[in-house]
Amino acid sequence: MMPHMLTRSLDRAATIFVLVVAACGILIPLSNLLLPAGSALQVPTYLVALWGKYVCYAILALSIDLIWGYCGILSLGHGAFFALGGYAMGMYLMRQIGTRGVYGNPILPDFMVFLNYSKLPWYWYGFDMFWFAALMVLVVPGLLAFCFGWLAFRSRVTGVYLSIITQAMTYALLLAFFRNDFGFGGNNGLTDFKDILGFNVQAEGTRAALFALSCLSLILAFLICRAVVSSKLGKVLIAIRDAESRTRFLGYRVESYKLFVFTLSACMAGVAGALYVPQVGIINPSEFAPGNSIEAVIWVAVGGRGTLVGAALGAVVVNYAKTFFTSGVLAPYWLFMLGALFVLVTLLLPKGIIGTFNSWWDQFTSKTPNADSAAREDGVTEPKMAE
Amino acid sequence: MNVMDTRSTSALLYLDAVHVSFDGFHAINNLSLALEPGEMRAIIGPNGAGKTTMMDIITGKTKPDEGTVLFDGKTDLTRLDETRIAELGIGRKFQKPTVFESQSVEDNLLLALNVDHSVKGTLFWRGSRGEAEQIDKVLETVRLKDVRRKLAGSLSHGQKQWLEIGMLLAQDPKLLLVDEPVAGMTDVETHQTAELLKEINKDHTVMVVEHDMTFVRELGVKVTCLHEGTVLAEGTIDQVSSNDRVIEVYLGR
Repeated sequence: MMPHMLTRSLDRAATIFVLVVAACGILIPLSNLLLPAGSALQVPTYLVALWGKYVCYAILALSIDLIWGYCGILSLGHGAFFALGGYAMGMYLMRQIGTRGVYGNPILPDFMVFLNYSKLPWYWYGFDMFWFAALMVLVVPGLLAFCFGWLAFRSRVTGVYLSIITQAMTYALLLAFFRNDFGFGGNNGLTDFKDILGFNVQAEGTRAALFALSCLSLILAFLICRAVVSSKLGKVLIAIRDAESRTRFLGYRVESYKLFVFTLSACMAGVAGALYVPQVGIINPSEFAPGNSIEAVIWVAVGGRGTLVGAALGAVVVNYAKTFFTSGVLAPYWLFMLGALFVLVTLLLPKGIIGTFNSWWDQFTSKTPNADSAAREDGVTEPKMAE
Repeated sequence: MNVMDTRSTSALLYLDAVHVSFDGFHAINNLSLALEPGEMRAIIGPNGAGKTTMMDIITGKTKPDEGTVLFDGKTDLTRLDETRIAELGIGRKFQKPTVFESQSVEDNLLLALNVDHSVKGTLFWRGSRGEAEQIDKVLETVRLKDVRRKLAGSLSHGQKQWLEIGMLLAQDPKLLLVDEPVAGMTDVETHQTAELLKEINKDHTVMVVEHDMTFVRELGVKVTCLHEGTVLAEGTIDQVSSNDRVIEVYLGR
């Protein structure tokens, strides 16, 4: 990243966000590891893992906001890229089990022995090496997004039609990954992980490190998004969102821009999935469920579309609410509450939490809203909710 | 791209026997038209005469069923898409003012500037003094200097029309297609727009589609009257408006 891009992308809200995430990424693991268990300030390990999950969701939400909030591409299948990144990491973790599996086969994971595989399928080659798996975490979702986007954007599939085919894409993957002969553990997915880079995935230290790494990734993803949206390319993306054919008549190749940002977004979602899997200890086809992708879009809408900070905040807030409400007597009603939340946010806070706060702040600081203050606050003004 | 060795015509824009039909409706019917470099041409015609469809064909939005559209005497526009045609130097102002409402006036012009439009170019873009000067110049020309930091969406209708013309200027095309620039403008604004277009015509070839006859008269340029997708009459505004067939079409007998 070039220095001028970094300075341009760091406004006040962005700086606060980076500092808060960095503080969490440092203090929570330290408190978990250094303070004695039971102390009031000690963060228990189960909470570290839980919050680690939220941070991964925040990265996924950022990736959705980048394409939806800034370029108007409403993907209802982003969970697929998340899950693919997760599977790539899961495959590495499976290969690390080695002879410690139930069947003790040094090469084949347990489910393959169980399903009478005679040898490792070719697409599992290389996943015993971390660097290769890490590369695949980016390449597989990125490549799928590139091919999918190339076909869709070149044919000028937009709006609700694009949303529907992204939904179909994740559903098709769901069905494929459910099959036992697809070679990814079928219904059960990949689980019973032991080590990551030689460290026990269950150990407190590893969990704390994974949490810190997730926070670092969130900061990096955020900085990349900020650099993109605060560059001239970001202005072009907003132009495409607001008046696509006008942008074309100015001589911009709209499909290239969409393809770039869609692929970048898919890679980010893949990284989120890869960090998620070792922290939750399992990846199975249910991660491809269309509902997951829709839920992720709701996080972004709640937090504030086209604000980046809002997307991350929305992911954490909605998931915290989910954890809170699904663990009590209200558990059977969670989906109703989620639905109601989406309806209420759309009706009452169409700009989301951060978007509403921004326009309130603008009114508070100056009587006449002009582009200057809006641009200073969040790089863009609030997009229209109607999509 | 169909690039011939030599120019087959001196015209900047040359339409020959163009034909388009939508579900059996002949929107453009054997249309032929030539625009000389440096010329300003006004296109008039009743609703449904095919004025906007003609612009769609020139800018690549609609592909004709038959006929040729030559730009600069050598490039066949019917084979190219909108982006490529814009890159060649054809700018278009839409009938309904289309600006990027959630971005500032300045940024609208910045986006329109005729510079590197690639993904890489915009991602690593850094403003230059030359670009800033060009934007200042356009702001001056379209009289939007005072509102440069305002959101384009907060401008008045007339100001939006001018901003869009300003975007065309920033794009610096060889040919400007201007679709109904004075629709919804006050008399003063209409007059100012006519002055603006005359100013622009000093270094650009312009094609204006307009209903407003006072405006067309004020431009004082050659007029082409379209009807049912074909050229009905061509000449000065007085010649065209005294043409029997034009009167017939407009009054609808």
